[in-house]
Amino acid sequence: MTQPTKKPTKMNRRKALIGLGASTGALAAGGAFPGAERFAHAQSAAPIKIGFQKHATGIGAAYGRWYGATTDAAVKRINENGGINGRPVEIVVEDDATDPGRGAEVLEKFATQHEVDVAFGTLFSHVVIGSAPRAGELKLPYFVVSEGHHVASGMLNRYTLQPCITDVKSQVISMAPFVAENLGKKVTMIYPDFAFGHDHRDFFSEAIEAQGGEVVAKIAIPPTETTFTRYFPNIPRETEVIYHVMVGPAVLTFVKELGEFFGPNRPELFGFIDSLEAVDIQSPGLEFLEGSYFWEGMPRHAQAGDTEAQKAYRAAVGCNERGASVEDPANVSTYAHMFGCWETLNVIKAGMEAADYQGPADRPKLIEAVEAMSAIPASEDHPQGDKLFNGKTHQVFAQQHISKVTDGTLVVEHSTSIEDGMYEDEVDYTTQTF
Amino acid sequence: MMASRKPLALHLGILALLLVLFFVLPAYHVGAFSRIMVLAIYAMGYNLLFGYTGLLSLGHAMFFAAGMYGFGLTTNLTGFSVIPAFASAMLAAGLLALGVGYLALRTAGVAFMIVTLMFAQTVYLIILYFGTYTRGDEGFVVQQAQRQLAGIDLTTETARYFTAFILFSVCFLAMAKLVQMPFGKRLIAIRENEERARMLGYDVANLKLRAMVISGVFSGVAGASYALLFGYVGASFAGVQYSIFPLLWVLLGGAGTTIGPLIGVIFMFYLIDISSGWTNAYMLVAGIVLVLLTLFAPQGIVGTLRKRGVAWLP
Amino acid sequence: MDFGPHLMLASLEGAVISAILVLTAMGLSLVFGVMRVVNVAHGEFFMLGAVLAWVVSTTLGGHPAIGFIGALIVAPVLVGCIAAGVDRFVLKRVNYDADRTIVATIGVLYIIQQSTLMLYGPEARPVQPPFNTRLSLPWFEFGENGFAMIWPWGLSITSYKLFVIFAAAAVLVALWLLLTRTRIGLIMRATQQDSDTAQAFGVPVGKVYSWVFGLGAGLAALGAVLVVPIQQAHYLMGGDPLLLAFIVVIIGGLGSLPGTVIAALLIGMSDGIISVFFSPTLAKIIATFLVAMVLVFRPQGLLGRAET
Repeated sequence: MTQPTKKPTKMNRRKALIGLGASTGALAAGGAFPGAERFAHAQSAAPIKIGFQKHATGIGAAYGRWYGATTDAAVKRINENGGINGRPVEIVVEDDATDPGRGAEVLEKFATQHEVDVAFGTLFSHVVIGSAPRAGELKLPYFVVSEGHHVASGMLNRYTLQPCITDVKSQVISMAPFVAENLGKKVTMIYPDFAFGHDHRDFFSEAIEAQGGEVVAKIAIPPTETTFTRYFPNIPRETEVIYHVMVGPAVLTFVKELGEFFGPNRPELFGFIDSLEAVDIQSPGLEFLEGSYFWEGMPRHAQAGDTEAQKAYRAAVGCNERGASVEDPANVSTYAHMFGCWETLNVIKAGMEAADYQGPADRPKLIEAVEAMSAIPASEDHPQGDKLFNGKTHQVFAQQHISKVTDGTLVVEHSTSIEDGMYEDEVDYTTQTF
Repeated sequence: MMASRKPLALHLGILALLLVLFFVLPAYHVGAFSRIMVLAIYAMGYNLLFGYTGLLSLGHAMFFAAGMYGFGLTTNLTGFSVIPAFASAMLAAGLLALGVGYLALRTAGVAFMIVTLMFAQTVYLIILYFGTYTRGDEGFVVQQAQRQLAGIDLTTETARYFTAFILFSVCFLAMAKLVQMPFGKRLIAIRENEERARMLGYDVANLKLRAMVISGVFSGVAGASYALLFGYVGASFAGVQYSIFPLLWVLLGGAGTTIGPLIGVIFMFYLIDISSGWTNAYMLVAGIVLVLLTLFAPQGIVGTLRKRGVAWLP
Repeated sequence: MDFGPHLMLASLEGAVISAILVLTAMGLSLVFGVMRVVNVAHGEFFMLGAVLAWVVSTTLGGHPAIGFIGALIVAPVLVGCIAAGVDRFVLKRVNYDADRTIVATIGVLYIIQQSTLMLYGPEARPVQPPFNTRLSLPWFEFGENGFAMIWPWGLSITSYKLFVIFAAAAVLVALWLLLTRTRIGLIMRATQQDSDTAQAFGVPVGKVYSWVFGLGAGLAALGAVLVVPIQQAHYLMGGDPLLLAFIVVIIGGLGSLPGTVIAALLIGMSDGIISVFFSPTLAKIIATFLVAMVLVFRPQGLLGRAET
């Protein structure tokens, strides 16, 4: 999967940056090279194997493809910079068909057949929850990039971590102040009748009330729905803001029909970009979104204030300034989420180097090393921005963005602080035994 | 009688083989076979209704889900231990099968397919509707602490394999016995010619309903076992896909044979597993294999073997 | 929204859903009626039609109407040929055996889905309608000033959705004429009623089956081209239409075109109207259950003859 094609100019620049100490974790463990152990030599030459649970088929395939592209780019960079503990990184890809049953099987395959060091990369919550029990039983560290609240809720186990993408609870809480202050206090929520939608409903209702607002209607749409107009009359007339988080292939229809329903005078719209990941915001029918607001984990369209690290990341994953593939501008990425793969691989690297990871026996040490992480500063390793990892809940917290669609471009209007999304711990995984 | 001893020997031989496999197979395949045995229970339950009674249901996932949620919800909400939770799972699946059977068996043929399909969709939507308890599509975890039986931790690879093995053995032998009994023969009579069975004085409606309930309970046992052994309960197992799987397994292995369901599950599992190792387009490979199989093994694997000389196959 | 306008909007949407159901189900009604085989891959022919609509309209470019008309011609023909090939090389060879056809068409479904994923990709892609204007709708009310016409908030439909309703009706009439007024239709009906006798009277039953299978798939593709501007083309979109089409065809009564239409209206309208009174998912549960109960108490379908 990973065939590093050498591009000397790029490499030199990156190497220089690494030399400046971009990777903090690497410094901590930099000198500790295994000398005394019997198989040290053989081990140090063998690649670190990372199992990538990919949504290559099934409903998550559009995400899977870009998670794959980001993973390849991140691994290429890590290997060009000397790998992990001097060992090259090898990605083992297995398709989970975006299905929790197959996901668990794939995880078993990683642990017992491919004998990978860690597993990583899952997005869809049901696949994470279906696979995590097996990760715990097989004692395989499982790094997910899912944004679900499952990890921090305490439902999973010590072997499952989400170190680089903020969970939905934190995302939603941090949105409420902006919505209440700038868009309106009477909110109608439209969400899929899924656990994911229920999380939005529950967390946002609570958060907006804390801001003095209220949710005036909650419209849960059943899955596999392909037309939506008949549900829109349930939107109360007094609504000031519509909060929408639809997902799946019918999302374009949803937005289009919402536009057709309201015609020229609509309330403010606030949505999660999850709805429109891998979809061009200028697609026909989406004109209605002009002037509406979106949550973004990482801004899809290049912003004026982008850091060097963000520019380098954009180039490395092969995206243009509109977040689409450089080679095929019609192929729009899942930019708001996929940075999580890039950053998670760098956390695995930093964790392994801090723990002086040698092989599967050191897996508990690796988890302890990641649990010990706290502030993760923005860098080339972490282009999305500063983060705060909570070792007890295995969940990271980061800055979130709210972008406004302006002339067909997502322009960041507001960025939250990490503190905006903090909530009380619901679990302490460090008390669990390995 | 030679004819009846051979099948018994075969059944015991298969169980012995499954026992030996645990000691000789690499770890991954031991795990795979734990899963295969659980799914084979599901396929056997389906086979009783489809293979023996001739009723094609497209909604069996609702019984699998009834067992899965019957087990998972009782352990999570009421704190039942494994045995009572398992019993309530079987009860849930049995009652659902009784209710669905009572209504759906008024129909036959394609109408039966569609009625079961729609009832299963209703069950799926109900699971989503009560998301507060079920967590909808996302599902929930049955924690390790709840998966203990008489001091044995069922989450270890060994305990999992043997639990699956014992459950499978019981179901496998019970099903083999069941289809040999007059009850089973009458079901076959219904499949072959319902009118004739009725004229012979059989209470066809009652027999079908009993077949439906037994089939539902087997499916429920499989669902509960899945939750128990793999620690996950989720709505995707109640979806259409999981209604079509047992049909596919049974047709591939051989409908109306005792060992066909197991063979079908093994075949389909490894077809996907191995071809996904070769290529990303493994569904393409699987599709082509399925088409070829229908062309060259029309009665399923076991059914075709039976036709080609091994006539005694049960 | 007030109750009256809400009900009107829901009924209009129900009519659109009914039209979409008719367009997806009529091909299956034909295939199922004449050949009596369960074609699990039927939904994939629908999906192929939608995907081809996207391919044709992006290739041709220009005004959306050009692509739309192009797709109306290309997609059904191409999909029909693919389906005829499937019939010729697979179904014919398994002798249309009920069980084997199920497995074989599941195989075909896998092949079509995976090929589409590889060639077309995992994204949902929109296809522009040839025209699409939002039409506000009036409502009549007895107010203080007597009978008055008002324009309630949100009460509207689009011109394309109205077109879909008419297109569904037009396609149905054409199909009806084909079946009842032409020689082809006569041969099909003869085959449907008794293929052995038809064969004895010199009807090339094998060829008829290929034609029917191709025509059924072509109709699914045609339906998809008409529906895709309201939805999007996606490689997994075939699953739900397949189930819905089956439900519609069986509830209507096997092989009865008028039955199919009535069933589509029943399902679409109940889906629309029940949604006025209950929360969406509950409405869906109730609608699904009630429609199933129709079949429980009328197993032969609405317009089907009791089974012999």
